[in-house]
Amino acid sequence: MQRIRLRYAKRGRMRFSSHRDFARAFERSLRRAEIPMAYSAGFHPHPKISYVGAAPTGVGSEAEYLEIALAERQDPEQVRAAIDAVLPAGLDIVAARDVAHCPAGSLPDQIHGSRWQLEFGDAADGLPAAVAALLAEETVLVDRFTKDGKRSLDARAAIVWASVSISNSAASNAGAPTGTEAPASAEAASGLGDESGPGRAILDMVVRQVTPTVRPDDVLTALQSVAGFAPSQPPRATRLAQGPIDEAGAVGDPLGITQFVNNQTPVGNR
Amino acid sequence: MSANTADSLFDRLEPLLMQVSKPIQYVGGELNARTKDWDSVSVHWALMYPDAYEVGLPNQGIQILYEVLNERPDALAERTYSVWPDLEKLLRLHGLPQFTVDGHRPVGAFDVLGISFSTELGYTNMLAALDLAQIPLHAADRDDSHPIVLAGGHAAFNPEPIADFIDAAVLGDGEQVVGAITDVIAAFKAEGSPGGRDELLTRLAETGGVYIPRFYDVSYRPDGQLAEVTPNRTRVPARVSKHTVMDLDEWPYPKTPLVPLAETVHERMSVEIFRGCTRGCRFCQAGMITRPVRERSIEGIGAMVEAGLAATGFEEVGLLSLSSADHSEIAPLSKQLADRYEESRVSLSLPSTRVDAFNIDLANEFSRNGRRSGLTFAPEGGSERLRRVINKMVSHDDLINTVSAAYSQGWRQVKLYFMCGLPTETDEDVLEIATMAQDVIRAGRKATGSRDIKATVSIGGFVPKPHTPFQWAAQAAPEVIDNRLRKLRAAINSDKSMGRNIGMRYHDGEPSLVEGLLSRGDRRVGAVIEQAWRDGARFDGWSEHFSFARWMSAADVAFTGQSVDVPFFTTRERDADEVLPWDHLDSGLDKQWLWDDWQDALTGYEQDDCRWTPCFDCGVCPTMGTDIQVGPTGKALLPVAAKR
Repeated sequence: MQRIRLRYAKRGRMRFSSHRDFARAFERSLRRAEIPMAYSAGFHPHPKISYVGAAPTGVGSEAEYLEIALAERQDPEQVRAAIDAVLPAGLDIVAARDVAHCPAGSLPDQIHGSRWQLEFGDAADGLPAAVAALLAEETVLVDRFTKDGKRSLDARAAIVWASVSISNSAASNAGAPTGTEAPASAEAASGLGDESGPGRAILDMVVRQVTPTVRPDDVLTALQSVAGFAPSQPPRATRLAQGPIDEAGAVGDPLGITQFVNNQTPVGNR
Repeated sequence: MSANTADSLFDRLEPLLMQVSKPIQYVGGELNARTKDWDSVSVHWALMYPDAYEVGLPNQGIQILYEVLNERPDALAERTYSVWPDLEKLLRLHGLPQFTVDGHRPVGAFDVLGISFSTELGYTNMLAALDLAQIPLHAADRDDSHPIVLAGGHAAFNPEPIADFIDAAVLGDGEQVVGAITDVIAAFKAEGSPGGRDELLTRLAETGGVYIPRFYDVSYRPDGQLAEVTPNRTRVPARVSKHTVMDLDEWPYPKTPLVPLAETVHERMSVEIFRGCTRGCRFCQAGMITRPVRERSIEGIGAMVEAGLAATGFEEVGLLSLSSADHSEIAPLSKQLADRYEESRVSLSLPSTRVDAFNIDLANEFSRNGRRSGLTFAPEGGSERLRRVINKMVSHDDLINTVSAAYSQGWRQVKLYFMCGLPTETDEDVLEIATMAQDVIRAGRKATGSRDIKATVSIGGFVPKPHTPFQWAAQAAPEVIDNRLRKLRAAINSDKSMGRNIGMRYHDGEPSLVEGLLSRGDRRVGAVIEQAWRDGARFDGWSEHFSFARWMSAADVAFTGQSVDVPFFTTRERDADEVLPWDHLDSGLDKQWLWDDWQDALTGYEQDDCRWTPCFDCGVCPTMGTDIQVGPTGKALLPVAAKR
């Protein structure tokens, strides 16, 4: 039995798919692509697939991971291409590697945190100050309402670093994040005369994987609670990377293909 | 038409989608969805299923028309579904209209808004969508910039209650007539739209197959009954005919079924194995209005299953029809499909089957891979007398023999479907359902030697429908139905040795009464629908959204000063000579034959199936210039090779 680790992206409108939606589409795509899956034993055999921490519904991602087990040995790149070809556009399988060639340890063991990017619809005045205020705290408890009731979690402690930049086009990026400094948005936003109008604020951050998981929404709730920050409309969130975190706060790749992600980050294209 | 801009609204919708439940249902992009360039075609169709996406997406009618229209070089079709109240509120707040899920274009920008009504309970959702689309609710208030609002589906066989809101209706099979309508619109636009909306509607009416309500005047008698329905202009026919596709093998749609990302009510691929039914169940509108029987060939079915599975990756194939075991080659078909897919993980299902031993054999064939969970039978009536009235010929002994066979062959659960409120029904008829369920449990215990046998009885309220022998019948009042079901529940529970083994599922009688009002109503019922919608009615097919009190108070308001009321349209029996609101709409059935069959029902006289006995002159074949089309052809399914 061969195990293949896959990295996939949820792009554009497909970020509105839930994890269950993705899982159904993925399993159908395995049948259409005629991948020789290994099946579980029992009365209702299921193809062997292990998922890890899926991005929330409505959040895009460039770095979701799963592993599949095959009954016959296959070329991982061919498997990747075959599945990708039959998935709806926007659910894209971007990389594949035989687990034997991946960094040691199980997939969940590789997931220490995520790098998130939150794009706001406008310059989001007050965001830099709010981020600074949040980072100045040691602990910020927020409530999340789940189907099991209200849960309280520490949204501050999980943040490794966070920075704010202003962009005039969705794809541009601020400089390399350096610790917890937050470039002030006021100057950037006042760069008038730009034909694209006032820029859009981008919050870039690395959040450690803890239990329960701290999501971008929880960080927004924390920003509201420490500084009263409330955007006019919810930002568009994208997971740029997920994996081990190095000393500089950069997030690595559980496939061991891409280097630790810093600057050259794709942004949710449509 | 199409004066409005048809640009995508997605950028403005996107921030709203983060704030609603299950946003995936609004984004489109499903496997096998199509998008075409707006300016590359002349005729733009928006196709609506007036219910939530999870119910509407699997609808075969919409999927067929979507594919047929998009295959035309001169047309495009996009889909739209009812939005849930959370999104409706946000759309209104931000001034955004009803949109299509394919191109996220405003529905108001299309040339045609085609709405498929499987049930009358979708009418308020149509009003919600029109209003959200910023299309005037009343057809009379629309101008050249607005789409033609076109109703289809089974409910369109009596579109009178929605006559004020629609511009047009088509009866019957849609796959050919949408092409004919597209041709008329394309030619009209190419000429520069001479005469505007009125002329276009007249040209559609002239074809004889598109009903334009505004071209017919309705008059009433002092007692509230209809006096007559007459065309108010030349160039329109006195009666409008239904459409019938004669060769299903020429229409192998959907070829590439849509595969939703979101969870929907049917997670399977469906292949329609025949259309129409001549079993002659007197309550069944679908069986009456889809005649004659037209079978798809065994080769055609095999090819559709093969191509559809390859295009979708679905794990289950449903062989769809009104009574699937009646296909003349169902035995070889099911054996050969089971052979072909034995090694794969594809499962087959056969919805809508009758009660007989033959069907157990079929069900066994379909469950070769082991799962024998539940079998469903529909005796429909509790007593043999009542089953003669409704022409559902199943004897008590037949049923018991059949379920005995099922239990002894490993099936674990039997589901039995019934209706309550049928014509001539008494409490005793309904109480016999309890006897039948208890006999089923006894038979199961005897066949298996186990006491752990389960049966479920599921009961729906009967609604008399247009174009059926019961179209003259008095509908049972909700209190009558609720009372009978209470007595039935007590009878089931009275035998302690098996009460726990029998499950009972039912709906109370109130929604059925509203469905009855909308089914057999005339144009005066339109005001009730509009009032109910203004009072907040939508998603009336969902018990958590439906309010009987809201409908009754809407009827009180709308019928004020009129000589009619809710009982007039529902619990009142009609006479032979009454003009019915749908008499000018031709389903092919001869009204005299329907009346004779109604009289036969009252005396418990049964009518055979014309596939196996001589023609009984229901009128459809001569009216449609056609004949029943059934096998056997003696051909085989290709390829025969097993799939893994």
